Amino acid sequence: MSDAGRQPSALTPDAQGLRLIMFDVHEMEVNFGPQHPSTHGVLRLLLKIDGERIIDAKPVIGYLHRGTEKLFENMPYPQCIPHTDRMDYVASATNNLGFVEAVEKLMGVTGTIPRRAQLMRVILSELQRISSHLLWLATHAIDIGAMTPFFYCFREREQVLDLFETYCGARLTLNCMRIGGMPDDLPPGWLDDLEEFIGTFESAVDEYESLLTNNRIWKRRTVGIGVITPEEAVDWGITGPPLRGTGLEWDLRRAQPYECYPELQFEIPVGVNGDTYDRYLVRMAEMRQSRRILEQCIPLIKATPAGDIKAKISRVIRPPEGEVYHSIESPKGELGYYIVSDGKGQNAYRIRVRPPSFVNLQALPAMARGHLVSDLVALIGTIDIVLGEVDR
Amino acid sequence: MNPWMQYLVWPLVKFLVAFIIVQAIVAAMNWIERRLLGLVQARLGPNRVGPWGLLQIIADPVKFLLKEDIVPANAEKVAYFLGPMLPLIPTFLVYCLIPFGPGPAFVSARVNIALLLILALTSTGVYGIILGGWASNNKYSLMGGLRSAAQMVSYEVPFGLSIVGVLMLCGSLDLVKIVDYQAANVWNLLPQIVACFIFFVSMNAENNRTPFDLPEAESELVAGYHTEYSAMKFAFFMLAEYSAMIVNCCLIVTLFFGGWTFAAFGHGLTSSVLQHWGWAGGILGTLIFFVKMMSFMMVYIWFRATFPRFRFDQLMDLGWKWMIPLALANIAVTAIFVLLGQERLLYWIGIAAIAAVVYYIRPRKGATEKRSLARPEKRIHATRVSEA
Repeated sequence: MSDAGRQPSALTPDAQGLRLIMFDVHEMEVNFGPQHPSTHGVLRLLLKIDGERIIDAKPVIGYLHRGTEKLFENMPYPQCIPHTDRMDYVASATNNLGFVEAVEKLMGVTGTIPRRAQLMRVILSELQRISSHLLWLATHAIDIGAMTPFFYCFREREQVLDLFETYCGARLTLNCMRIGGMPDDLPPGWLDDLEEFIGTFESAVDEYESLLTNNRIWKRRTVGIGVITPEEAVDWGITGPPLRGTGLEWDLRRAQPYECYPELQFEIPVGVNGDTYDRYLVRMAEMRQSRRILEQCIPLIKATPAGDIKAKISRVIRPPEGEVYHSIESPKGELGYYIVSDGKGQNAYRIRVRPPSFVNLQALPAMARGHLVSDLVALIGTIDIVLGEVDR
Repeated sequence: MNPWMQYLVWPLVKFLVAFIIVQAIVAAMNWIERRLLGLVQARLGPNRVGPWGLLQIIADPVKFLLKEDIVPANAEKVAYFLGPMLPLIPTFLVYCLIPFGPGPAFVSARVNIALLLILALTSTGVYGIILGGWASNNKYSLMGGLRSAAQMVSYEVPFGLSIVGVLMLCGSLDLVKIVDYQAANVWNLLPQIVACFIFFVSMNAENNRTPFDLPEAESELVAGYHTEYSAMKFAFFMLAEYSAMIVNCCLIVTLFFGGWTFAAFGHGLTSSVLQHWGWAGGILGTLIFFVKMMSFMMVYIWFRATFPRFRFDQLMDLGWKWMIPLALANIAVTAIFVLLGQERLLYWIGIAAIAAVVYYIRPRKGATEKRSLARPEKRIHATRVSEA
């Protein structure tokens, strides 16, 4: 055990007072991860702790770095789509969506995408939002020690993955969108399966909430933990549910609408206190809103002609010289693609991804300081990071 | 009777029988717990080995025996070795003292200070955990051991204090007399419902079970104090934990739920009625005892499936700020009633408490939805933006 003794360090005023009045601070350095059950992948945190109180937490990332952005430069645009799957691997449909929309915007064909393809994209990304939030809830709950919600969430997530599998054959890395449209039309009966899922999902969310929302232990573990003020959230560049948990109403589906979101009715749930409990409530409400969006999409998509899923664009994707930044609301926040095309050849000159997890992760040390080790796992859960996306 | 037989051979035989039965329950608990958790959690649980997965009971120990026994580098060898042994010894010793049925045949050693001895023995179990956590040369293990120590100091006190009320009512530390007192009056649950509640919460904390499973919190401390333990050493920790659970369930049944009797105000299956029936009555009494005990084991599992985990400062908070004052208040109230000679008035406290609980959890129409949505509406104000 490394005992650094009386080291002056970035103590919170609270902890400093404690040191003056009561005890010496004995710092201990602990490696939290990369092989730890609750770091959600390969996040490594260098913890400086005094007893169980966290003095400093330093994330060390890069264990899942695959050079995705460099790979993008060496392959034609359509071949990039499977690589976007592998960034946020629990929400691949939204990754696909962000990428194909960015390329379409660069080519200037956004307006020509058929309505049926747009609705299919909305349906798939909302299903993906539900499945991503379900995975978040499952792991967040088991991190805090509630074992049962994990299995309940996976029960419903399984239904969503079955829907994905029926559509595109894959359950996780979907590769389900193409530049200019969709690869295939919906298989017969798919919408009925979707309706069945929508019919049961609301009561499933009620079930999770009955286990957690009013649970005293759950509240004691989440209320007031990792508070972010709206100003801090904006300064850090935090997006997604952590931002909305602070009370700021910023959702790209409304702020910078894409596809057919403007004609769909949904609410943007926002929190009040910006703590872990509010972020939990926001995500729970978002699942209900996603279900509402899906419900509205079904009659709309039934009204569109079957098979009309591809815009008339050339088979060889060769965008003109220029650059574009396009971002969408992924389950975890603002997912942006910045694409530079030199107009020569079929490859991009440079593609840069703005992953929400990477940006949200930056706030972790500030959130964790002064809390206990037990709270750290709640905080890692509440920012909902996927390391594939952080490291790319 | 030959004193050697009376004081050595017979108690040893009785202890061995109790020991074997309890160890069989421990082994079976592993399977029961996983199957029951599976039932709650919309999955199956172990069902591959043998009919309904029953042979899992044998497969697990065999696996533990065959696994490699790893000792981490720079571990404190002696302490590391002692760690898993220490919690086992006191829990096994307690089996000598617990009366499982009516009559002297069902208790290995009837001691007139049995309760005090049990308290003394069970509280030493934590030393093995602290020692094992410290000796593993692993920071997570150390933190698990320290959490266990923090938990022990917070919960051993209310655990002991909650028993005082029972002692005052029954006027004895002898477990057999406590059981007979309950058969002659009513289960101590009624006059001592507060103590029963405190005892139950404390025993959850003492056994490191959810929601107080912080020393081995797998999502925080990997596996806590037994992170570095493998094979039989790990199995010993498991064995000790489950044996201690059974001990505590036996205790709560003996102290608050009438032990092996099923009687009130001297009517029903009291000790004398059971003893009158000879061996059949003895076995019936033991069965009643085991049914009561197993239902508390089921409650452990039910809790594990339901609750999240406390943080260790919150647990100490609960122990010091709520449990200890509550236990002291219970002692004061009980003392007043006992002094006045009006013990039976205490029953009304129990009846009122049970009525309040029943009123609170009564089935209400649409209760789940209402309760789950009441809070979010206050905190989350969803805003309607544009309605195109």
